[in-house]
Parts: sequence; structure tokens; C-alpha cells
Amino acid sequence: MRSAGLVKRYGNVVAVDGLSLEIYAGECFGLLGPNGAGKTTTIEILEGLTRPDAGDVEILGARWGVGGDRALRQRLGVQLQETRLAEKLTVEETLRIFRSFYTRGRSVDEVLAIVELEPKRRSHVGKLSGGQRQRLAIGCALVNQPDLLFLDEPTTGLDPQSRRQLWTLLAAFRRDGGTILLTTHYMDEAETLCDRVAIVDHGKVIALDSPRALIARLGAEHVIECTIADGDRPPSPDRLGQLPGVREARVENHGIVVIAEHVHLALPALLTTLDEQGATLSMLTTHHATLEDVFVSLTGRHLRET
Amino acid sequence: MTDSRSSLLELTKARILLFVREPEAMFWVFAFPLLMALALGIAFRSRPPERVVAGVLDQPTAADVIRTLEQEDGIDVRLVPAGHAESMLRNGEVQLLVVAGEPPTYRFDPARAESRLARLVVHDALMKAAGRTEPWQPREDTVMVRGSRYIDWLLPGLLGMNIMGTGMWSISFGIVNARTRKELKLLLATPMRRTEYLASHMLGRLAFLVLEVFVLLAFGWLVFDVVSRGSLLVVVLISFVGAATFSGLGLLAGSRVQTIEGLSGLQNLAMVPMWILSGVFFSSSNFPEGAQPLIRALPLTALNDALRAVMIEGSSLAGVAPELGILAAWGVVGFVLALSWFRWH
Repeated sequence: MRSAGLVKRYGNVVAVDGLSLEIYAGECFGLLGPNGAGKTTTIEILEGLTRPDAGDVEILGARWGVGGDRALRQRLGVQLQETRLAEKLTVEETLRIFRSFYTRGRSVDEVLAIVELEPKRRSHVGKLSGGQRQRLAIGCALVNQPDLLFLDEPTTGLDPQSRRQLWTLLAAFRRDGGTILLTTHYMDEAETLCDRVAIVDHGKVIALDSPRALIARLGAEHVIECTIADGDRPPSPDRLGQLPGVREARVENHGIVVIAEHVHLALPALLTTLDEQGATLSMLTTHHATLEDVFVSLTGRHLRET
Repeated sequence: MTDSRSSLLELTKARILLFVREPEAMFWVFAFPLLMALALGIAFRSRPPERVVAGVLDQPTAADVIRTLEQEDGIDVRLVPAGHAESMLRNGEVQLLVVAGEPPTYRFDPARAESRLARLVVHDALMKAAGRTEPWQPREDTVMVRGSRYIDWLLPGLLGMNIMGTGMWSISFGIVNARTRKELKLLLATPMRRTEYLASHMLGRLAFLVLEVFVLLAFGWLVFDVVSRGSLLVVVLISFVGAATFSGLGLLAGSRVQTIEGLSGLQNLAMVPMWILSGVFFSSSNFPEGAQPLIRALPLTALNDALRAVMIEGSSLAGVAPELGILAAWGVVGFVLALSWFRWH
């Protein structure tokens, strides 16, 4: 799948601003970004549901709107953000309807087994938990054994157990050779599932690589975060940046974030500096660098707060 | 493979299941018109001929008049004290006041039909008592005409109203609801044929129409002995055309709106004037002559007129062709506009 120079405007707002992507068969590709970054608009353009104002999309060797749409849709699986299926139909009835749209695919029983909803086959959709509904939505996208699966925020609002259950399901889909394009604002989801990630902000791709390579771009693998007590003055970022083992440092109010190549060198130096400054620590943690840290280092903002 | 059955079949089945599993919808489609027919049928049932209530002013000279009127069948006589005459006439407690004298005086309001009737009956009785001789006596042949009662007239109107209401609602509600839930958008992402989706709504609607018509007609027959003089097959055919027409108009109403509230407003805008104008509960001939061509062009008027022509007058299919033409025109325009305006998002 290939897209080049996609643009979509809503009034004065530019939702997607010249976005280009290339996704290879068999990979899991993630669009990672905060809410409102243009992820949903992008994925809906790729799904052929929204017409771009400019740009070009090529999927499985075909294009939208040139007469082959239905044949193309036979090979795609789509899950949309926040779609609610009819509540008074049962799980089995719902899958049967979706199955009837496709000329080839799995049996309803097979899909029920894949999404682990066999015990719920006769339950009304309205009675399902959030995780079960989401598995049903993905089941509806899997009835035709798609070559390419689109998922828009598949685990938003789910509890950790349901999320992990979905991840297992998607891993199985990939083992069978399927390609996935998903959007998410959870960095751990992108790190776990995706071979490559495009970080999207304000409708543009600001970084694109494998999660590991993106983190490696920080030039360091560890992040030290600490908070100093109220009233104490923090040291300047420049001074912290000079410390041994430190790659980059930021100070926000009373919080200090240090990206470090070597924690065993950076941490003692940081503590000594704070001591000299007369600042008392109220909190200190260290963790391996994540995509969130990459996003913060690229934009100066957190994924959640935008 | 058993799972790859026709999507039209599956979608239609889903429409029917969704309807059956919604008890409220069942109530409005089936129970409500029956309750309405029952209430109105009882309220306006045929009674024995009304009795005339004549007042006689309380004075010594009134004794003869009172005796004469009391002997007459069909007249109730009330003695009216002098000070109460005005208020009793005004409130309709007496329809006419007789003041004895030479000759007697009748006080009544000629604008009231029952008062004019009372005048005729009272005058007739007093003249006979005064010795009037009749030149001849007519033979009276009283009959009870089937189909002349209010319920006979009301039932086709209720049927028409019900076909309009459920036709306008059932399709548009399902579609707007699916649009609100973004289900329409998801279906758009599948290879489903859009025409099949809309057709499934139509078929689901027509499946219930048969039942709806049957239930109301059977009820009318069993409870009020309402029968159709014309062919029942024609009644069913007219109902089908009506249902298709109002489905088209319902689809038009639901082609763009994003919320059920928006739909509800639009539906009321379309339906309330027709409830009043199109002769459901009272004849549309009560409206001024100038408004009649407009009223006759309304789809519900055409449907009600056609149903009444067949059920009450025994008209044939050819006899209601103009009404069916009006219905079909509305339906076609509705569908064409709906499909060109339709929004899946």
C-alpha cells in the first residue's frame, strides 16, 4: 500500500497535510500520535471512506473510485473507531450478516473461535462488555480472511486484560501472513505490535521507523525523571546536559527529565548537582526509553496531554 | 458454503428480528391503532334515535301543554322556573322552551341542529293535539344501512394513518439510528451493495405491513362488524402502494439527518398536517373549498380516499386509479430525492 501527498481539509482546519506512507505486505504498521493528529482521517482516506482533497492512494495494486471498489473491499478488513453495532442482534447474527457480504472467507464458527466469543454466540451485542464488543468488531473485519486489516484505535477504552487478548489475536493474524495498519495513541501498543511506526502530529509524519530505531534516535536508552521539592530552585538544563553520561535534559517546573546513555554515570552526577544546588528530591524514577519519550523529544509535548 | 447466503436475505432477516425485539415499536405499530379504533368506535357508536328535551315555562297555564308533550313518544319534558330559562337554554339542558299562551311561543336557537329538531317535534305534537288533521299518512320503511356508521368510516382512516406512520418511521428510524451509531459507515467499508441495504429495509417494512393490515381489519370485523364492500385483495394492494409511498417519504426524511431528534421533528412536520387535513378522524370536506385541491393532492388523503372508496362504496381497482396515481407520484419523487441526497456518514 502506498500513499503520496495526502491532504484533507475541513473548513480552515487542515486535518492531513501532505502525508505519504508506504506499507509492505506482511508487516504491521502503526500510526502513532495524539488525539486530533489526523490519524483517523488518514486511515479513512486509505480505506476509501473519505476522499482526499489531494494526493494518491494505491492499495493491493488498486485505486479507489475507478470502478473496482467492491472487488478491493473483498480483500480488506475494516474496524472503525467508536462504531456501535445493532444492540438487539446476537453475536452470531451480526457475524452472519457481515459474512454474507463476501464471496469467500471463514465460516462464522471459525471467526467465533478466533475472537473467542463462542460462549457469547447467542448473546445480544448490547449485553457484551467493552472488550467483547471490540473483539466482535474485529471478528466482523476478519470474516473474509482479509489480506489487509485496518484498525482505528482498536484498544482505546479497554482494560489491560482485554487489550492483551486483542494483541494476541492480532499477532495470530500476522502469523498467517496478514498485513495490519493500525492507529493508536498508546506507545506500548505500537511498540508491542508494530514493525514500523509513523509518528504523526498536525497531519504530518514527523518520524518513521521501527520502534527500536526510533528510540535509538534519542541516542540513549534510559530516561531518568525526578521531581524536586516545592520552593527549591532546579539547576539549568544546560548544566544538566553537561553531566557525564547525559545526552539531553529538560526542566519543566519542578520536574527534571534526563535522557541518559549510562545511568550508572548520569545518576550519581545528577544527585551531586542537585545536592550542590541545595535542592531536595521528592521523587526519582528511571525507565527504558519509550516511544513516548521519542514523541516528547520531537514535539516537546506528551501524547496524552494534547 | 452455508455461510455465504444472500446478503439481501440476511439483512432483511436482521430488520425483522430488530423490529420484533423492540417491544415499543410493536406497540406503536400493532396495539396503538387498535386501542384508538376501540376508543373512538365506542365513543361514537350508533345509539337509538336521540330524544328531544323540551322545556316548558313554569306557569299555571302550562298544564295542558305539559300533558300533551308528555304523552308523545320521544320527548322529555322539563319544567323550567322563570328565572332559569336563559341559562338552561344556553347550557343545552333544554333544547327549546315552550311558553304557553294563545298561541304558544317557542324560544330556541335556530343555529343549533338539535333545537330545530325539537321545534319540529314539539310543534307537530301540539298541532295534532289542537286537532290538526293530516291529509295522508306516509308508510315508514326504516332500515339500518351497513357502512354508514362512524366506525365504518373511521377504520379505513385509521388504516391509512397507520400505514403512513409506520411507513415514515420504520425505515427512517432504522437508517438514522445506524448512521448515528456509525454502523452505516462501517457497512460502507464492506463490499455490501448499497441498494441491497435499502431494499432490505423496504422488504422488512412490507413483511409487517401484511400483518398490520390484517390485524386492524380483523379487529374491525370482530369487534365492530366492519366489513369491506369491495374486494379485500384491492384493499391489500392499496395498502402496499401506500406503504411503499410512505417508505419513500420516510427515506427522504431520514436521508441526511444525523440524530433521532432531528428526524422526529422532520417527521412531525410532514405528518401532523396530514393527520388533520387528510380526513382520518373527520371528513376533509369540513375545510374550505379553496383548500380542497391541495388537500386532495396529499398522499394520506389519496390513501384514505382510496381505502374508503373500496371498503365503504365497493369501488373496484380501476375506480381508485387516480388516488393510486397520486400515491405513486409521491413515492417515486420521494425515492428519487432520497437516493440523490442520501448520506452514509
